[in-house]
Amino acid sequence: MALNGHLLTFLVFFPAAGALALLWLRGDDEVWIRRFALVVSLVEFLASLLMLRAIPIGASGYPMEEFAKWITSPPINYHLGADGISMFLVILTTFLTPICVLASWQGIHARIKEFHVMLLLLEVGVVGVFLSLDMFLFFLFWEIMLIPMAFLIGIWGHDRRIYAAVKFVLYTMAGSILMLVGIIWLYNATGTFDLPTIQVMIHSGQLVLSERTEMLLFLAFFVAFAIKVPLFPLHTWLPDAHVEAPTAGSIILAGVLLKMGTYGMIRFCLPLFPEAAHRAAPYVAALAIIGIIYGALVALVQPNLKKLVAYSSVSHLGFVVLGIFAFREISMQGAVYQMLAHGISTGALFLLVGMLYDRRHTFEITEYGGLCAPMPKLAAFFLFVALSSMGLPMLNGFVGEFLVLLGTYQAHWHWAAWATTGVILSACYLLWSYQRVFYGDITHQKNRELKDTSARESGMLWALSVVILWMGINSPFFTRRFAVPCKAVIEQMNPNLMHEAAVPGVGVRGSGLQAQNSMERLARH
Amino acid sequence: MESLNQVMLRNVFHVLPELLWCGFGVMLMLLQPFVKSRQVLTFLALVGAAAGTLVTFFTFVGSAFSGLIQFDTFSLFFHWLVGLVAFLVILSSDSYLQRENLDGAEFYALVLFATTGMGVLASAQELLTAFIGLEMSSIASYILAGYRRDSIKASESAVKYFLLGSFATAFFLYGIALVYGVTGSTNLAALSETNSNGTLMRLGLTLILVGLGFKVAAAPFQIWTPDVYEGAPTPVTALFSAGPKAATFALLLRIFSTVHAATDYWFWAFWVLATLTMFVGNLGALVQNNVKRMLAYSSIAHAGYTLVAFAAVTSVRGDPEAVAAAYAAVLFYLASYSLVSVGAFTVVSEIGGQGERYLTYDEYAGLGTRQPFAAAALTLFLLSLLGLPITAGFFGKFYIFKAAIRSDLVWLAVFIAINTIIGAYYYFRLIVMMYMREYKGTVPADASHGMSPTAAMVVAVTALITLYLGLAPNHILGIVLSQPLILSTR
Repeated sequence: MALNGHLLTFLVFFPAAGALALLWLRGDDEVWIRRFALVVSLVEFLASLLMLRAIPIGASGYPMEEFAKWITSPPINYHLGADGISMFLVILTTFLTPICVLASWQGIHARIKEFHVMLLLLEVGVVGVFLSLDMFLFFLFWEIMLIPMAFLIGIWGHDRRIYAAVKFVLYTMAGSILMLVGIIWLYNATGTFDLPTIQVMIHSGQLVLSERTEMLLFLAFFVAFAIKVPLFPLHTWLPDAHVEAPTAGSIILAGVLLKMGTYGMIRFCLPLFPEAAHRAAPYVAALAIIGIIYGALVALVQPNLKKLVAYSSVSHLGFVVLGIFAFREISMQGAVYQMLAHGISTGALFLLVGMLYDRRHTFEITEYGGLCAPMPKLAAFFLFVALSSMGLPMLNGFVGEFLVLLGTYQAHWHWAAWATTGVILSACYLLWSYQRVFYGDITHQKNRELKDTSARESGMLWALSVVILWMGINSPFFTRRFAVPCKAVIEQMNPNLMHEAAVPGVGVRGSGLQAQNSMERLARH
Repeated sequence: MESLNQVMLRNVFHVLPELLWCGFGVMLMLLQPFVKSRQVLTFLALVGAAAGTLVTFFTFVGSAFSGLIQFDTFSLFFHWLVGLVAFLVILSSDSYLQRENLDGAEFYALVLFATTGMGVLASAQELLTAFIGLEMSSIASYILAGYRRDSIKASESAVKYFLLGSFATAFFLYGIALVYGVTGSTNLAALSETNSNGTLMRLGLTLILVGLGFKVAAAPFQIWTPDVYEGAPTPVTALFSAGPKAATFALLLRIFSTVHAATDYWFWAFWVLATLTMFVGNLGALVQNNVKRMLAYSSIAHAGYTLVAFAAVTSVRGDPEAVAAAYAAVLFYLASYSLVSVGAFTVVSEIGGQGERYLTYDEYAGLGTRQPFAAAALTLFLLSLLGLPITAGFFGKFYIFKAAIRSDLVWLAVFIAINTIIGAYYYFRLIVMMYMREYKGTVPADASHGMSPTAAMVVAVTALITLYLGLAPNHILGIVLSQPLILSTR
């Protein structure tokens, strides 16, 4: 390969190089800055597609890995790795970033250079989070991502942007500092920050945690992730952040940042603390179901279109958490699929809402009505995306929700029964809001002269729509690639199925004797 | 058999930095009537500060003056730190003195005298020598605090500092007397041998702790800090928050790692001090509307974080590796905090303008567009104080966390976590001001001047160090950890 096996490093730091270049080249030419950022993000996207080739279907462990020593004491290493799950999340990130650049083409006018620098730095943090296999490195990227996002909300947001930015920072900091305590605790017990190594130590019985310690550690990580997801009742920062953020900020926030939480659960909470996860599962599932229904009900009564989409995120992410904590292979696959599908669909919804805002400078549903007539193309795209978001078969949202519900039903049928109401409610709030915005009579004269989508806007929407349709039709293209990692997580969760192959990654393998001991230890529970 | 001259020469070698700092200070005062150019004086002062720091490369490790002075890697580290701080403070005060139309030579001489005192503090192996070092640095500090004579606030600052400071020094001295009364010695090496654990000994050590606690602004002895920091000229505030604090912490570390009497008692004393200091500092900073005062309270809070590592040291005495790690945490934290603090105060000093008029949060509004460089640097410093990665402060906090958790001080770790979140609010508030709010009304003409070149240099250097320590903490940690610090750990 052209990059000599440093593709992951390239993916993490190329946007940073682009951001630096933007800072240094003191161009005041706005169009030039936008074009430059667009090119950087497109190159990044194309580079990330190379991962599809580098990660073979059905490979276990981390087919792509990079390792370098960084700090000797404590041993912190630059350890990146990608499997099927992280690969798609990275591609989702790199796909949405050029869309964000394009989405801000006309909406953002102040401090354009800084805006794009922040956007690219945000990409560095997010891609880094998805690729880190060293817990310290993971934490580092997790924190790095915080500041650009806060700036995006706080500088380029709407009226109450500062309130929203501060709230976002405080919530995230509160969670992540607890996670840091957990990470250091694990380090003190194991002497390493390396995730695969710790995983092996836990599963081979080299590291035995008492019930109470395991639960506390689980919570230290889980709360940080749950805030990010956000899981009910930790979701209150989300509507504010979304409504106040500029369109690009909302797209990246809903599309990718929320997934960092669910990704963390899959990558850290479950494999590291399986027994605690089992014990916590009923409570987590209950919160997830409350989130699904609560988010949908609040979305139903929202007068503000953007807030409606924000609450729909709370509802949809509830499905993801439910799928993860049902501990079934199918539901896990569904959860990962739903993460990707939600990223595309909700990203597209925020994009569309942003387009409406660009034209009318309001999010109030009552200000709209009858928009079908002046802008048929935009209306068509909106309908298509809304249908995909509510889970119409043949479109992307359906696959994820269906798999989650299927897997959850196998585990606990009543969980699935409750969660299904969310599917119904999502149809209600999306179709009802669509009806109020696009059908009926035009009540405001201003709405008569609204322009339909421009070529730039159509281009973005076409790209998203094609992906939506393709994900709906050709879902095996995706599921085949993350089936094995999902299975590995589940096998680690269910002691009865555990065998050597279930332990992914590099590092010390437990000896046969240790493995046997751990089997016995696990069997006792 | 060494001749007396040889012994003297050897002794002098161990205090060369102090001699150079002090010598340049005296020279500056003597030159003052003849040299009119402030630039020349600044240059000489910089040379003095640098010479005293660099000469440590030629001094060698050992004990001098019959065990009064112990020059080891530990004191070497602190000599570098206080020397670098003095250098940066002198560089940053050049434009300040010009703006305020203040006299240069005395100012620089006082900074160098204070640095001399800090050097003595860092290598004192005997309590009375430490007392002398403390007094040298304190008396110079009292004068520096009131250097802006026509300002009422500065005078208040000086008087307050002087009265309370003298009081605290008296505590320290009385403590020494009691310890001497019990053990018959004031030498730390001798004290480490003693096993006396009686009430009188405890009382003596408590008084020493109170005296030093005052100097590092640990709660409940922190009351003076905000007023003194606010009233003092801002470059002096930078010095206060970095140099004397680090040197006093050095002495504290040396005393409590050698004198083991009543270990449990130390543990709880540090536990309580650390907790109180963190909360008082952060809650105080939360309600400030003046950036200088906010940084003063934040300085208290950071003393609290450092004290957590002290508690960690006292609770893992049996495990030398853990002790070394906790020491390393203290040293790294002090180094990173001191430099970041100098950088932050330098920015505040430059933004403040003539007469330090622009100090409130409101006057920082829109700074991101008015002065991009100053705002970006201050943001970096604030993020470091907050402890976000890739800054020095992140690793500082990380090592403290690590030391605390290693010593099973989970509660202290949780307190740090809570305080970090409180800190996030007020640090981020300033960032919000700079980047997300517009200046109310029209910007005064003198508020939009750029930074002076010298101050910009200080800011750039500290910013680079902040980033460097945040990306590669290895080097400095290597220095700290490579040779086991020559502190006798029983």
